Amino acid sequence: MSEPLLDLEDLRISFPAGPERLNAVRGLDLRIGAGETLCLVGESGCGKSLTAMSLMGLLPREAQVGAGRFRLLGRDMARARPRDWAGLRGRGLSMIFQDPMTSLNPVLGVGRQLTEGVIATGGLSRAAAEARAVELLERVGIARAASRLGQYPHQFSGGQRQRLMIAMALMSRPRLLIADEPTTALDVTIQAQILRLLAELQRDLGLGLLLITHDLGVVAAIADRVAVMYAGRIVETGPAADIFNAPAHPYTRGLMAAIPVPGRTPRGALLPAIPGRVPGLTGRLEGCAFRERCSVAVPACAVRAPQPAGAHRTECHLATEAAP
Amino acid sequence: MAAPAYRRPLLYRVLGNTGVTLGGLVLLAAVAMALFAPWLAPQDPYAQDLTARVLPPFWHDRADPAHLLGTDHLGRDYLSRLIYGARVSLAVGLGVILVSGTIGITLGLAAGYFGGTVDMIVSFVVTTRLSLPIVLVALAAVALAGASLSTLIAVLGLLLWDRFAVVSRAAAQSLRSRDFVKGMRAIGAGHLRILFLELLPNMRGALIVVMTLEVANAILLEAALSFLGLGVRAPMASWGLMIAEGRENILFDPWLIALPGGLLCALVLAVNLLGDGLRDLTGGKAK
Amino acid sequence: MLVYLLRRLVVAFCVCLAVSVLSFALIFLAGDPAIAIAGSGGSARDAEAVRIAYGFDRPFAVQYLDWIGHVLTGDLGRSIYFNMPVTEIIGSRLPVTLVLGGLAFLAALAVALPLGILAALKPEGALDRAALLLAVTGQAVPSFWLGLMAIVVFGVWTGWVPISGLASWQGYILPVAVLAFSAMPAMMRITRSGMIEVLGSDYVRTARAKGLPAGQVILSHALRNAVLPLVSLAAVQLGVLLSGSIVIESVFAINGLGRLAWESLLRADLPVVQAIILILSAVYVLLTTAGDLLNAWLDPRIRGAG
Repeated sequence: MSEPLLDLEDLRISFPAGPERLNAVRGLDLRIGAGETLCLVGESGCGKSLTAMSLMGLLPREAQVGAGRFRLLGRDMARARPRDWAGLRGRGLSMIFQDPMTSLNPVLGVGRQLTEGVIATGGLSRAAAEARAVELLERVGIARAASRLGQYPHQFSGGQRQRLMIAMALMSRPRLLIADEPTTALDVTIQAQILRLLAELQRDLGLGLLLITHDLGVVAAIADRVAVMYAGRIVETGPAADIFNAPAHPYTRGLMAAIPVPGRTPRGALLPAIPGRVPGLTGRLEGCAFRERCSVAVPACAVRAPQPAGAHRTECHLATEAAP
Repeated sequence: MAAPAYRRPLLYRVLGNTGVTLGGLVLLAAVAMALFAPWLAPQDPYAQDLTARVLPPFWHDRADPAHLLGTDHLGRDYLSRLIYGARVSLAVGLGVILVSGTIGITLGLAAGYFGGTVDMIVSFVVTTRLSLPIVLVALAAVALAGASLSTLIAVLGLLLWDRFAVVSRAAAQSLRSRDFVKGMRAIGAGHLRILFLELLPNMRGALIVVMTLEVANAILLEAALSFLGLGVRAPMASWGLMIAEGRENILFDPWLIALPGGLLCALVLAVNLLGDGLRDLTGGKAK
Repeated sequence: MLVYLLRRLVVAFCVCLAVSVLSFALIFLAGDPAIAIAGSGGSARDAEAVRIAYGFDRPFAVQYLDWIGHVLTGDLGRSIYFNMPVTEIIGSRLPVTLVLGGLAFLAALAVALPLGILAALKPEGALDRAALLLAVTGQAVPSFWLGLMAIVVFGVWTGWVPISGLASWQGYILPVAVLAFSAMPAMMRITRSGMIEVLGSDYVRTARAKGLPAGQVILSHALRNAVLPLVSLAAVQLGVLLSGSIVIESVFAINGLGRLAWESLLRADLPVVQAIILILSAVYVLLTTAGDLLNAWLDPRIRGAG
């Protein structure tokens, strides 16, 4: 088997917060194979976006990043410097951001924003880059693409702008595409279109896709594998079907229970919510971070559970016994 | 995604902010100098002694121990004049913001709160005021109305209100749509009551910053006008006027202008530092 | 864009009108301008003669309309002191002030822009702190005093530059530097804060994610946006420099418009003062309007609208 696009072990990201440090990501393992769609799910604030940013080398300056193993597109990025990141961005690695309204430069033309990346990194001529841009714009569903290259972002709707962002990310023909909640800023009707487009492109182009979301409906539709994140760690990971059919971690089960199922959930019924709050992330966190909110917690939860090897792994002492 | 702001108690933050501490101390010293000038000044600042003209300060060999910082071209004790000079600067700074603050805040509140035509008119008046060349208009007004401290304060007060208006307009606009103001309207509170009892206290932070800016501005303008001979009238001791008087002897006795100018810089710097620091502490935006 | 342009021009015209009323009314601050012109030592007969000669006996509105009618045809009245058309006197003094202000503006911009950008790249870094110190000093030092001290140090002690006048090009160095030092801080700070804000924006992150080199991200993505507020401020600063050179012209004995205004005030040559206030205001309105239009042109969101 060829080397995975991303092989990450024990990723740690922290920020200075007064006298202490805020440990936002606390030992995270992640693998993405070529042509695979991995969905990273979790509540807001659990560190998903930070993880995504760290994969692009785009964390804020004050962030401190460390990893036991950090191989990205065959390169060792464990101690990467800015120059090393320049060798990956736009050269096999691309990203789509959360908010298409603010992610495009308002004063530069769309054509220029689409093409400048590949002109700088791929050595393409302007004409060749524009031809590729037109081709991709049509592929992502923007009509009369050639005539729209001269326009500015404010002349596009929100959904169209996210299509622009997707086309822009694909300009450099990436092997790994990171999409950080690409639909949260969009209308519900448009969300589905954008996701369908992403899934299609992933399949047609054989992309490795890391999709970050808190929407499990999205995950069910698109994921090959799922990683559930809580308080800076992956608490459960496995093939999408396994996770949906047999969620093992109490947190994953809580998340699943909060999705209404048409036909099965009675109309007007209250959806179960997970009680309590996410623990503070400053300082050290011993044992399972979820145990304060967990309905089945036992004294052993004060010590972190080992993760068994295998395709479906869960970080919980009770994983096997508690599974239905 | 940003780390949650880490906030210490206010006093610690104030003391931790070098600008505020330093600026506050210098300003306090200047205020003390102005208030207690008659007791602090070693001599009468107006007493001339034509036999002891332009004596140098203590670090020169020719210095006279009776005049620690020397004497000016009329033999008046320089230290005493410098101490009295703080009075003019601070009186101008304080007087001007009282006048300009009243005008600017009233206009700005009205514009931001009522909007529509009122806002348009006020914006137009602000634009007009900004396009007037301030030094020249102030000079002309003081010259024509007769130079004196009170004229100067009135004229500068009538000219320096624009920033107050702009800031309070913006604040009133953003507060107008907030629930507590809507609530006040709903229970039948009058416009004036809302404006002065509810809106004004809520924009304290922004206004304090503008105040410091305008105090510094007024002090500098007073000095410039007095330097040009159209500010306060001799023999009053104003640092700007002292620089103008010392100008004749600039070739051989540059300390005559260095001393009042240095004090002027220190005072303005202190006020600015205080303002910058307070802006950081209150979390306002730079303008 | 056309609607925006027309609206800006109408506002500019109205502001000019309002300023003309103010500058005309200013001379009545003295109570009776006739006495101001005749001098307080003059007799009642002299004052009466002045009053009739200058038409001060007419109602204010009539006097204003008469004056503004002439102004609009390019006639700014006659100087009482020189007994010459004001237009001629101002025409001979204006170029000096324009050159001085223009040079100071360029010098200030040449320092403020790179310094602001560099400071924004590493906020709280050593360079940022140094730039802030420079800005804070520049805003606190009175320019006339700085001018005098510069004369002492560079003119008298070292003798590097002439101490007054503009006879040689070296004469421009100190006044331009002092003026620039007063205008630089505001422009530097707005560049810095604009750059910091823009560098933290989502679209700059996108640009970096695309693999653009840092220089291209900073210059074509960040600066292009950060420059918008700078354009407005720069227009204001240029206007302030032109009208603020009054103090510097007096310090360095430069025969520009500012010095003319000051001397005219001292000799109660009111038509000249009125005309200079009007011209400086009009130039300011012109500059800020031009700045707004330039901004509108630079920003496609405004350019495309209306």
